Amino acid sequence: MTKVNKYLYKGYMPTIGIECHVQLKTKTKLFAGVDNDARDAAPNTLVSHICFGLPGSLPVLNSEALVLASRAGFALNSRPQNNSHFDRKHYFYPDLPKGYQITQFEAPIILGGKVSISVDGETKDIGITRAHLEEDAGKSSHEAGKDYSVVDLNRAGTPLLEIVSEPDIHSAAEAKAYATELHLLMLFADVSDANLYYGNMRFDVNVSVSKDDKLGTRSETKNLNSFRSVEKAVEYEIKRQVELLEKGEKIVQETRGFDDAKQRTFSQRTKEDANDYRYFPEPDLPPVTLSDEYIDSIEASMPKMPKVWRSSLSKAKLDHAQIELLLESEVESPTVSYLSVIKNYLDNPEKLKKISNWIINIEIPLRKNKPELKVLDDSTRASQYTEVYKLVEAGSLSSNGAQDLIIAILTSDTEISDISKYASEKGLSQNSNQDELSEIIADIIDNNMKAVEDFKAGEVKAIGFLVGQVMKASNGKANPGIAQKIIRDQINSL
Amino acid sequence: MKSWDNIAKIALSVNDGTKSALDLVNESLSRIEDAKEYNAIISITKERAIERAQLIDDGVKAGKNMGRLAGVPFIAKDNFLTFGSETTAASNILKGFNAPYQASAIEKLEAEGAICVAKANLDAFAHGASTENSDFMVTKNPHDKTRVPGGSSGGSASSVVLGLAPFSLGTDTGGSIRQPASFSGCVGLKPTYGLVSRSGVVAMASSLDCIGPMTKTVGEASLILDIMSGRDLLDSTTIEKDTLGYVSLDSDLKGKKIGLVKEYFDDSLNKDIKESIENLIIKLKAAGAEIVDISLPILPSALAVYYILCPAEVSSNLSRYDGQRFGYSFDKATDLKESYSESRARGFGKEAKRRIIIGTYVLSSGYYDAYYKKAQLVRTKIVKDFENAFKTVDFLLGPVAPTQAFKIGEKSNDPLAMYLSDVMTVAPNLAGIPSITIPIDMKNELPVAVQLMAAQKQDRSLLGAARKIEELS
Repeated sequence: MTKVNKYLYKGYMPTIGIECHVQLKTKTKLFAGVDNDARDAAPNTLVSHICFGLPGSLPVLNSEALVLASRAGFALNSRPQNNSHFDRKHYFYPDLPKGYQITQFEAPIILGGKVSISVDGETKDIGITRAHLEEDAGKSSHEAGKDYSVVDLNRAGTPLLEIVSEPDIHSAAEAKAYATELHLLMLFADVSDANLYYGNMRFDVNVSVSKDDKLGTRSETKNLNSFRSVEKAVEYEIKRQVELLEKGEKIVQETRGFDDAKQRTFSQRTKEDANDYRYFPEPDLPPVTLSDEYIDSIEASMPKMPKVWRSSLSKAKLDHAQIELLLESEVESPTVSYLSVIKNYLDNPEKLKKISNWIINIEIPLRKNKPELKVLDDSTRASQYTEVYKLVEAGSLSSNGAQDLIIAILTSDTEISDISKYASEKGLSQNSNQDELSEIIADIIDNNMKAVEDFKAGEVKAIGFLVGQVMKASNGKANPGIAQKIIRDQINSL
Repeated sequence: MKSWDNIAKIALSVNDGTKSALDLVNESLSRIEDAKEYNAIISITKERAIERAQLIDDGVKAGKNMGRLAGVPFIAKDNFLTFGSETTAASNILKGFNAPYQASAIEKLEAEGAICVAKANLDAFAHGASTENSDFMVTKNPHDKTRVPGGSSGGSASSVVLGLAPFSLGTDTGGSIRQPASFSGCVGLKPTYGLVSRSGVVAMASSLDCIGPMTKTVGEASLILDIMSGRDLLDSTTIEKDTLGYVSLDSDLKGKKIGLVKEYFDDSLNKDIKESIENLIIKLKAAGAEIVDISLPILPSALAVYYILCPAEVSSNLSRYDGQRFGYSFDKATDLKESYSESRARGFGKEAKRRIIIGTYVLSSGYYDAYYKKAQLVRTKIVKDFENAFKTVDFLLGPVAPTQAFKIGEKSNDPLAMYLSDVMTVAPNLAGIPSITIPIDMKNELPVAVQLMAAQKQDRSLLGAARKIEELS
């Protein structure tokens, strides 16, 4: 290698692939008409004969899961397959009631795709190998000191989309960026609650290191539930593997867990005790066939994705941090959209910048602190912002006044239809009336001749003092720009 | 052997008040009691049956029509999930299992007023051809107590022939309705795959399992199919029923082509059976049917394909019996692994274990392509060959099994010989086509039957032709 490779760690090239399990937010489970939202449910209350794996129970595919998986596919820059099918994956565990998991092994619903990530200002594409639908298992809990474990089957049958990346990732920072971007994409595609705390997205990282072109033996660290743990697990694994190799030891292919407290991975099981899953096509479910019309209609319903927003917002001269803040805020609350307000100003960069600033500095923090604020529809908010902007343009509203006005509008109990009238009622309007101002200014000049003389003598600061007096006399409502112009005119004509 | 009125007539008499459902249920229960020595019945659902009978009688008294099967008692193979008694699939591992829901087929029959009175014996998990694999007892042939009734729906076949109830339900994965119908002497229908919902029936091999009626006459089988069939939201593999239904049948054979499957008439076929079929053929010709010889060279492979695919699916479907949630659980286990292995080792019988081992083997990585995948390819070929055959003929006719009912114990230590009993019945399951057993003769004081097959979804014309054969026999 002639070029310096920025990824090398002590001369070793790390290679990372990530599998991510995304819980889809269908109303009911993947194969049973049972509530899929188990967050507030007592254990084993969201369980039917199908979730329980009773004799004679058969899976019935929830078509909503196909819609969400297809949307996720488009979010991953892919297109759902016309033909896919389910397979059975066999292993014994108490939280897997049937003794097999229904998954897509041979023919997944999504094949190919890519996710763009950006690290230190550099953008790169991470390939997506595939994404397939499968049912989640139940939840086993092993309480310390007890000689038994307990199983909650509420989660059994929750639809998952497992997204498998190509081994295109080469650093902990890239791994974290990929996880973060995947999270944003799933939120934009509106396919998952994507709440990491509730395990709506779980990451498995496959890490290997190598000194040459051949890939090294990999470890798989499973069930990471935060971006930070993805980053730390990769970091730890790279270091651990390089240290082992440097000592002349071998890497064993194994499954590892991550200890959040100690920030380190630990061995769970080696390949020797790996299961033979005995996959075969699920005979209880017909193959999944999606028509082109169906796929096209889903594509048509897709919102603009982050990549497109980034490009148009940066063209409008918003900076990286502002753009990312807007993208993140967009998906934080399901009821408020900022981008659908901002999109109205894409053809006017100046306006867009101003209104984006208001949204970023006023509305977003305000809503974060007061989630109870009423939600106006996007077009009403857009026209309100437009009105405020017009008032500022016309000079009848100061920048300060504009901020106060926006806060007043957002926190008002009623919907404000006439913004201009509302601004004057609230006493926020600026006086730009030349006649009224001229009268006030004439008085001020008469009473402050010292300052007038100073100004005439070249003391530029004196004009500031005079404008200040005008503002005071007008209770702050005078337009300072106009006031200054009138002051100069009057002094010159003295 | 006692008899019943025709099912439609029974329902009519119950609806017009000339017969009471309660009397019918009591009659059925007392016949079951009297026939205990045949070991046809695993459990009775007496309390619930009487309750339902009273409900139906009350309904009739209130002037309501209580359905096309009002007050008709029936017996379900014990792999149907039913209320009122345990559902065991004749396996120790399900001993003590009380179903919290019922099979869709049972629900449909009950909605028309039928009353389940008992659960019939079977080879455990429907694995077998003689009912000798039941973990509980061996059912006896109603014509000769030293012989098997066939299997796996041996208890259901025996029940109908003994007259314990006007009809029974069976399941057919590789011949389990048709072969016992032939050995015991009743009509047994395996409909087109997917025509009757499998929901609530203990799965054997999901891609092959079919549910069907066992009756004294073809007309009664038609009525029961008409009620049980159709799309069920609980089973994604179900299909719509024929728009004309299955009751008023066209049984005219004039101009109909019936193919005699050459491969079924080789030297292994018992001479008495052959002779009976030859007699039937003469009568069929006289009735205006055209009889042609037809060859399906792929057929000899069907049994091999079946004994790869079926155990593969069996090994998977039996995974849920792990002693953790229902049925038998080894209570002295000290850890999870022991709980699994001991519950399954003690709960499953020999045949279930044999099939789990074969199925696990053919699905293992490294063997999957050589066995499962190749078997699937041959299965596709079988489907195609049957499709082609039905382009030239309306029906295919052949024996149901190479022999009449064999002696109890004759094959029970030779699993391969037992598997060969399915040689003539597995192909329709692999092809998904409907097939029906019709008794045509008695030889050596034992029934002789034929099997008639039709193309997929041609259940209606199949039943029409079957009724003609019944008439001619």
